[in-house]
Amino acid sequence: MNTLILIIVLLGLTTFAYRYGRRKALASVEGSVANLHSLPSYHGAYVALWCGLPALIVVALWLMLQTDMVERLVLSGIADGIAGMSEGQISLLLSDIRNLATGDITTRSPSPMVLAAAERYVELQRLGFALMTGAAVILTSGGLYFGLRAIQPALRARPQVERIVRGLLFIASVIAILTTIGIVLSLMFESNRFFGQVNPLEFLFGLNWSPQTALRADQVGGSGAFGAVPVFAGTLLITVIAMIVAVPIGLMAAIYMAEYASPTTRSLIKPALEILAGIPTVVYGFFAALTIGPLFRGLGESVGLPVASESALAAGLVMGVMIIPFVSSLSDDVINAVPQSLRDGSLALGATHSETIRRVILPASLHGIVGAVLLAVSRAIGETMIVVMAAGLSANLTANPLEAVTTVTVQIVTLLVGDQEFDSAKTLAAFALGLVLFLVTLALNIVALRVVRKYREEYD
Amino acid sequence: MTEAFHVENNPQPVEESVSGMSEAVEAGMPEVDAAHAPTKVKADNVDVFYAEKQALFDVSLDVPENQVTALIGPSGCGKSTFLRCINRMNDTIPICRVTGDITIDDQDIYDPAIDVVQLRARVGMVFQKPNPFPKSIYENVAYGPRIHGMAQGKADIDVLVESSLQRAGLWNEVKDRLSESGTSLSGGQQQRLCIARAIAVNPDVILMDEPCSALDPIATARIEELMDELRQNYTIVIVTHSMQQAARVSQRTAFFHLGYLVESGATEMIFTNPEDKRTQDYITGRFG
Amino acid sequence: MTDFIADRAATRKPDFSNAHLRKRYRAEARFKLYGIAAIVAALGMLAFLLGSIVMTGSSAFTQTEIALDVTLDRAQIDPNGTLDPEVLAKGNYRKIVRDAIRAQFPDVSGRRDLRELYRLVSTGSDFTLRQIVETDPGLIDTTQTIWFKSSADIDQLNKGAIPRDVVESDRRVSDAQIGWFDKLSADDRTRRSFNTTFFTSGDSREPEQAGVLGAVVGTTLTLVVTLILSFPIGVMSAVYLEEFAPKNRWTDLIEVNINNLAAVPSIVFGLLGLAVFLNFFELPRSAPLVGGLVLALMTLPTVIIAGRAALQSVPPSIREAALGVGASPLQTVSHHVLPLAMPGILTGTIIGMARALGETAPLLMIGMVAFIVDIPRSFTDAATVLPVQVFLWADAPERAFVERTSAAIMVLLAFLILMNLAAVLLRRKLERRW
Repeated sequence: MNTLILIIVLLGLTTFAYRYGRRKALASVEGSVANLHSLPSYHGAYVALWCGLPALIVVALWLMLQTDMVERLVLSGIADGIAGMSEGQISLLLSDIRNLATGDITTRSPSPMVLAAAERYVELQRLGFALMTGAAVILTSGGLYFGLRAIQPALRARPQVERIVRGLLFIASVIAILTTIGIVLSLMFESNRFFGQVNPLEFLFGLNWSPQTALRADQVGGSGAFGAVPVFAGTLLITVIAMIVAVPIGLMAAIYMAEYASPTTRSLIKPALEILAGIPTVVYGFFAALTIGPLFRGLGESVGLPVASESALAAGLVMGVMIIPFVSSLSDDVINAVPQSLRDGSLALGATHSETIRRVILPASLHGIVGAVLLAVSRAIGETMIVVMAAGLSANLTANPLEAVTTVTVQIVTLLVGDQEFDSAKTLAAFALGLVLFLVTLALNIVALRVVRKYREEYD
Repeated sequence: MTEAFHVENNPQPVEESVSGMSEAVEAGMPEVDAAHAPTKVKADNVDVFYAEKQALFDVSLDVPENQVTALIGPSGCGKSTFLRCINRMNDTIPICRVTGDITIDDQDIYDPAIDVVQLRARVGMVFQKPNPFPKSIYENVAYGPRIHGMAQGKADIDVLVESSLQRAGLWNEVKDRLSESGTSLSGGQQQRLCIARAIAVNPDVILMDEPCSALDPIATARIEELMDELRQNYTIVIVTHSMQQAARVSQRTAFFHLGYLVESGATEMIFTNPEDKRTQDYITGRFG
Repeated sequence: MTDFIADRAATRKPDFSNAHLRKRYRAEARFKLYGIAAIVAALGMLAFLLGSIVMTGSSAFTQTEIALDVTLDRAQIDPNGTLDPEVLAKGNYRKIVRDAIRAQFPDVSGRRDLRELYRLVSTGSDFTLRQIVETDPGLIDTTQTIWFKSSADIDQLNKGAIPRDVVESDRRVSDAQIGWFDKLSADDRTRRSFNTTFFTSGDSREPEQAGVLGAVVGTTLTLVVTLILSFPIGVMSAVYLEEFAPKNRWTDLIEVNINNLAAVPSIVFGLLGLAVFLNFFELPRSAPLVGGLVLALMTLPTVIIAGRAALQSVPPSIREAALGVGASPLQTVSHHVLPLAMPGILTGTIIGMARALGETAPLLMIGMVAFIVDIPRSFTDAATVLPVQVFLWADAPERAFVERTSAAIMVLLAFLILMNLAAVLLRRKLERRW
């Protein structure tokens, strides 16, 4: 809260700096703007940037690093007390200290050492804030002074301001890259720790997945519990079912809209299909778990087939429905991109409309459709909520769509929701699964985008 | 579409031409039934509308069998629109409406009982820009015979593909690469492939919509030669921008202007001694 | 040989027999039918989904209530007559409510039967009564007829969601309870009224006391963070990439990267948030701040892509005109290009925000699944969001949460419809065709 106030004050000062800089620039030429190299507002912005930017950067860095510093200091203060503790115990202790310091209820009654440490923690936090505020004040006033002193009619304010703004624009565009790097690094880092405990080959090719029981290395079954093949197989099974639903329906819907529907029909059907894409996945999950799952089980019972209430079929079917608009709108674009001359050529030979579509248009748009399907597969593999709510939890190596299977995303969620111990192989396994998920979807996306782009070039 | 816009954009000349119009048609009519060839395609009082805009006005024209008839005129004059009426390609444009009669072998092609698929099999078409399907050369030619059930086995199709490519003068160039994509050929070869594709279904009439406008002179010359050979077996109607081409390849010529058929007759007649002043102005290059 | 082939082929004609043509036209009709069937199937599923949700959910907007004659005995509430708020807050309202129920059915006795009897009304009834007394202490020592919420099971019974004709042990309401409830109904002591609690309170373990307000506020806070971050950063990077970036491998890389990022599964963003924001920067768990950060990173590619498309659609002539009168490239962009591209950018942003609104998976990763009763007040309070609330309720065992889940979905969909409508209207109103 205090930090928020500080930032608001800094922003206020920056606004003040802008107005003051502007006024000073105008005053320096006694109001005749033409004598200034740059417009007064650029002078204002020049001063404002000097005043606000360094301080805000420092505050941001400070906030990022302070907690870590404070914790390190607190721990070094009680170095004797924690000498024999494992890493996990230390982190538990630290969270106790933190909770005490922020006034939350702790799980255990605190020992005197923890109490003292918590006091020190609060003290250091306060000190840190004071130092940060001090640094911010010095930087703002220094920047203000420097910026105002530089103001004179010949100051090349505009080029300088523009250079900084372009720099900021560049930084903004780098954030997307940083996100990717962040994803890769965090997944790699945690997976690496996982693979320190579990052999990667066993993870990739093992047939037994039961991470919940593998709490200790000496436990029965603890050694063979991280074979992810059943999880991958389950993902594959549900994805295949989803594709069997989504591809024919999506493609035929796209063909109808692009080739047969009148513009009015099209303008009604297209948004209606897009509603399907706009419905949150959690809604599909609820629908699958509460309506489709029991429906299938009931149907199975009535014909004497054992259908699990969390069958792969129900989850896959609903996921397929979710993906229909994805396939149809991509295919629709692709089909519309086929040049009219090919249609004319076929029709002029006396082909019927469907012959033209099946024998000329679809082969001609095959690349694009393949790209669309690949993107849809990537979407299905990464889809989480439907399977979390409607698919099973236990890893079951089967190709029977009527049984319950689990998927990569389901496992990630079950492993990470609830109490976590950050060092256990169980939690880290989620990151290893996440890494596999990321790499597979990335590969699919890259291939799909390339295929689609190649297709576009063919007809441009 | 463009024809329609032209009519709308130049209302003034339309008015002017209306007066001279009827005389021109009347004068042209007797010329058409040149005794040496029976009429294959006969158009009577054809009007074409794109939504509200009229693109063709009362066109009547006889196309004699086994001859090349050239349709000439400035762009937007309606000659392509007329061509597309003959195999009902205008049906694919929802806003397009055709009135009047067009008969092929005395059969009204706009009769509801006529099947448009059959009609187009009898009236082949070659387009302005070569449009081979993105399939192999072989499959491009085999496409028509396959959909029309013209062959029983692969051997039959092989025969048809070879003979069509031969008649289109392409066989020697492509016989060793039949499985390559049709789009890998040069522009002129692509256009001849499209001609082969059209004649593979053995049509009675072949319509050509500026078939050489996207080609270089050498490729154009080959197509023109080809047209002369094809004339033995087929009735050809060609739309062309080039008057030289019309003079070279056609026996009959019809001049369109602003949606009206101004004049038609034997090609030598039209080019040496046109009856209408507009025809004369056009062929001497005063406008176009 | 070749002549022979040509001759043989030249005489061959297409198969115009009726059988062949009929076959082709049947194939045509069949193919068209497949298309219609596909669309009908897709839209049928949509209708089925929405229909089943509205069917199960609409009953959650009403709540069964039971009227009891409550004697507000001073001895139980404020024995000393001080009217001190602290004393009033500690009154034994539970006993008063229970006495009122017993007064309706004086002949019920026995511990088990009594417990079942008390379960007719919501466990929150004492709180309801306390609030009534606190707002008007003058009611003490009077007898009032007060409408209490029924318990969720009785509510379900009244709405017909619990069938009466099954074996007693198979349903959550006993035969005795049904009898009592029917008697109350016969005495005109039951009614169904609008369920305001659903819109005015946070989550609860008791279905009849649970509401979506906490989740709505949490969603709002989260989306505010998302918007504040993703909109400016997205617009800035779109402007940089479209207007200033040199066309080289580096920009190609950024472009490929953004396109791929847009297709990364959302749960991966959750893993990123967990590893970076929670474990590395140690930001609070379950907080809208972190949720907003994660969703902002997820929405960013959408905003950038929409922004670039909008900037691309501004014709170059505008740029040339501005540059021609001596504006700097930055002035050209900020004075001319950006304002013209703004409708497109805003539309893209709204669509991105709508996606973020419906997103659940990444928020599960950063702990927004906690059971939170309080309505969040700041960006760092523990909070949940609407889709996660749906997820939590969908998992709850009580029958009454099923209809509430559907109702929460209806609220969520209403927000989505509003946002998409805003996007469509904005596009209609501001769209410019060049």
